[in-house]
Amino acid sequence: MAEFFNMGGRAFFVWGSYGVFALFIAAELILLARRRRTIWRRLSRISRINDGVNDET
Amino acid sequence: MKINWFKYASPASFYPLADKMIPWFAIPAAIFAVIGLYLGFFVAPTDYQQGEAYRIIFIHVPAAWMSMVIYLVMAFWAIIGLVWNSRLSSMMATALAPTGAIFCFLALWTGALWGKPIWGAYWVWDARLTSQLILLFLYLGYIALQAAIEDPRRAARASGLLAIVGAFNVPIIYFSVKWWNTLHQGASISADKAPTMANTMLLAMLVMAIAAWLYTIAVALKRVRCEILERERHTSWVAELAAKAKQTNG
Repeated sequence: MAEFFNMGGRAFFVWGSYGVFALFIAAELILLARRRRTIWRRLSRISRINDGVNDET
Repeated sequence: MKINWFKYASPASFYPLADKMIPWFAIPAAIFAVIGLYLGFFVAPTDYQQGEAYRIIFIHVPAAWMSMVIYLVMAFWAIIGLVWNSRLSSMMATALAPTGAIFCFLALWTGALWGKPIWGAYWVWDARLTSQLILLFLYLGYIALQAAIEDPRRAARASGLLAIVGAFNVPIIYFSVKWWNTLHQGASISADKAPTMANTMLLAMLVMAIAAWLYTIAVALKRVRCEILERERHTSWVAELAAKAKQTNG
């Protein structure tokens, strides 16, 4: 196990590559999910405002 | 069966279609990535010249390929968007850019970490590396230009032109290792000669490349859905969608 993580003495380079790669992919997915939520929050706010306008008329 | 393709060129009908398509790409992407990583770390042998450091190849090469392919696809959608003035095409181009930029950065990053143990330097101003860096700047320029122009149609036109002009850089990157003497090694796979790697190494790399492709499609579809909602938020179909969502959410 330790031998596997040591990567023949190149652990820093190999795991530095894979780690940052995983980090960026995770960040992309998280940011995208957050963006979607923000859009929906705004859309439902607009929808509520429209309901209010309709109620008054 | 006759499919009316033009129907799906409208954002309103593509929006639900994209949602149905996403799992068909996202789930295989995860499966291929797991298989690829298993092959890459446990099946592929240690390289006799480069030791274990070469295992970076399984993410480096797919990232580099995707960064180039995504740029070309982006330029393709930009051309379609400019010629036929179709909104969805411009949105597709916009949706691809961040993923392309990420893969481009990751290709440079993993390349630097590979270069240090093998060449003795994180970075050299050689043709392959420099043209790849320019690709990153093109991506960032595209994203920044689009963000800087408020009217979405004008933003799409200006950034579309940048995408098309910048596409000339992609063949320069690809052929740089042939045209100039570079430190970067030649193509691992090309049409005119046998691959220069062990079979299992090659297989692991290709599986990871497929995973990267599928991931890109899934993420681009997810992002284009956001893009559609944002740009079409004043239309009646989005208003209806929002009203329906409110009902189900309570």
